[in-house]
Amino acid sequence: MTATTWTMAKALNQGLAKALEDDDRVLLMGEDIGALGGVFRVTEGLAARFGENRVMDTPLAESGIVGTAIGLAMRGYRSVCEIQFDGFIYPAFDQITSQLAKLTARHEGSARFPIVIRVPYGGHIGAVEHHQESPEAYFAHTPGLRLVSPSTPNDAYWMIQQAIASDDPVMFFEPKSRYWPKGQVDLEAPATPLHTTRVARGGTDATVIGHGAMVSVLLQAAEVAATEGTSLEVLDLRSLSPIDYGPILRSVEKTGRLIVAQEAPGFASLGSEIAATVAERAFYALQAPVLRVSGFDTPFPPAKLESVYLPDADRVLDAVDRALDY
Amino acid sequence: MPEPDFAPQRLGRAHDDTKDRMGTVPETPDDAVSVQIISPEGRYEPNAAAEEFLPYLERVDEDLLRRFYRDMVVIRRADAEAGHLQRQGQLALWVPSHGQEAAQVGSGHAARPQDSIFPAYREHAVGMIRGLDLLDIIRMLRGLTHGGWVPEEVGNFHLYTLVIGSQTLHATGYAMGIALDGKSGTGSPEEAEAALVYFGDGATSQGDTNEAMIWAASYQTPQVFFLQNNHWAISVPVSRQSRTPLVDRAAGFGLRSTRVDGNDVLASYAVTAKQLDDARAGRGPGFIEAITYRIGAHTTSDDPTRYREAEELAYWEARDPILRYRHHLEQRDLADGDWFRSVDQEAMDLAADLRRRTLALGTVDVGLIFDNVYAEDHPVVREQKQWLAAYEAGFGEAR
Repeated sequence: MTATTWTMAKALNQGLAKALEDDDRVLLMGEDIGALGGVFRVTEGLAARFGENRVMDTPLAESGIVGTAIGLAMRGYRSVCEIQFDGFIYPAFDQITSQLAKLTARHEGSARFPIVIRVPYGGHIGAVEHHQESPEAYFAHTPGLRLVSPSTPNDAYWMIQQAIASDDPVMFFEPKSRYWPKGQVDLEAPATPLHTTRVARGGTDATVIGHGAMVSVLLQAAEVAATEGTSLEVLDLRSLSPIDYGPILRSVEKTGRLIVAQEAPGFASLGSEIAATVAERAFYALQAPVLRVSGFDTPFPPAKLESVYLPDADRVLDAVDRALDY
Repeated sequence: MPEPDFAPQRLGRAHDDTKDRMGTVPETPDDAVSVQIISPEGRYEPNAAAEEFLPYLERVDEDLLRRFYRDMVVIRRADAEAGHLQRQGQLALWVPSHGQEAAQVGSGHAARPQDSIFPAYREHAVGMIRGLDLLDIIRMLRGLTHGGWVPEEVGNFHLYTLVIGSQTLHATGYAMGIALDGKSGTGSPEEAEAALVYFGDGATSQGDTNEAMIWAASYQTPQVFFLQNNHWAISVPVSRQSRTPLVDRAAGFGLRSTRVDGNDVLASYAVTAKQLDDARAGRGPGFIEAITYRIGAHTTSDDPTRYREAEELAYWEARDPILRYRHHLEQRDLADGDWFRSVDQEAMDLAADLRRRTLALGTVDVGLIFDNVYAEDHPVVREQKQWLAAYEAGFGEAR
């Protein structure tokens, strides 16, 4: 096995490079992704290596990035668009939801729109307003889009390549607080399919599920719980749309308890959707109601309050206790 | 306490500054010169602005000169028929193109077969020229499809886009692709490609349209922006969109620009032909503002008598592009009465055929809801399609 140790940022960089190597119709587009290498350096060195026709610094307009990527797709290109920060995606909302998401259906099969939209998202980085948000539910609600989010460098390396290879639009949510921790990347192992949920840690007493940066919080909670004699099964959602319910239902059949954790506000969220579906499909397996641990239903607060706003291991464990006490 | 004045404000009438704190809306600014080749009376009288475009008319033989007329007449008749079909409950909506035939027929014929066209939703004549069956537009407006055709099968005439201005970015991205493919500036006018995108005066206020022009200038895309200024964005006059002639905006983006009399089919043709040639030759993007007028309503859901003056309509009806061009053909002895009658007959036949085929349109399979939402298998859509089939089958068993 050929393996290496990379940060997620490096793994994404290498995954993008691989995709650029493998298919000359793949393009990268975004703000500051060329000479600067992106504000998170995810595209570092790629413009120099593949040229400005393949790695394009664009004018500063998100709708323009996605809208022109759509036109390029009509010409047979596969664009990977970088949205610089989560909170800057909304100027592109119309092109993503009214155009990109619907164009495959509107063409009734005569055209495909293999566009990846990379969105660095989430909190934990102490940044200013509009730089710490989790907007995935807006897009999960839109038919025609696929949504994924890696939590490890290995998944980042493989999932970005799988997303680019998909013939559908894929929104790729990158947990920016996880860009810098290192992890092992297996360069040869056959990747698991893109839209699959992974058991990150086996357990028996309750299931906790989340995506992106939340997975490391859940693993931390599981460590603490173990010291208290509670065995938590941690699931890494990975695919936000469609949701891979098989592993979730199997886990709930085993543990009887489910806690869904997310940084985003809980109202009309991915957590709500998972809770409703698990209640429908695994009602008799449940020993307690599905509980959600979320950001509050408020705007993301100034950074000095983010540790209060964002669910941490204690908030997860509080929910575990409530589920176990039910 | 004085009674509030709710009298409607009309275009062109002096506004009372004490009531309109946002400033008065001036009449359409019109100090920019339009390229004109045929006078309103139909005479061949190119103005000075037209000079550089006249060589492009050398491509137009007598057959094509007559074809311009035929296409304008046919599309107007088809347009009227579709409007009637809507009134008779056969269509949910129709989008009339009456009055804009010269802008569309001239520019549509200026595109070469290898070019790609990105319409808004009123460019029926351009679609027809590129080989689109008008029934496909009717299918969309009858509620049978959100698309209706395969662009590659109809002269690269892309699908209609109903969100105002969105297609300008698609055209620009497509044109970036032409350049990346090395298909512009090849030195071969027969092979080099360009994109031609249509939009209206209302769209010039949209962010996407402005972003498209920024991108086009930045990447020097092989494309032409074709703005049909028909003076009205539903009920809002162009003076609310812009206080400067729209053609002048192009310079701010760094685009070559030309204003043309959009009711002069020869001028529309020549200006578009030159702009597309320049784009194909790698000389960067261009911008055309065609001054025309929407004689009809915005759509069949609209009532223009609520917001515009009868005098204004009369002014533009007197400048009808078809009548003007008919006078031109007559003056050049290019067609006689029999020929004009034959065109009228062809238009009536085509309209009758369109009606007959509209009434024969069937329903649509429910599979359309689910199929092609994704290009690749999607469990949610697959399961919901199966569920619906089982649900509907359940009713069958109950009977």
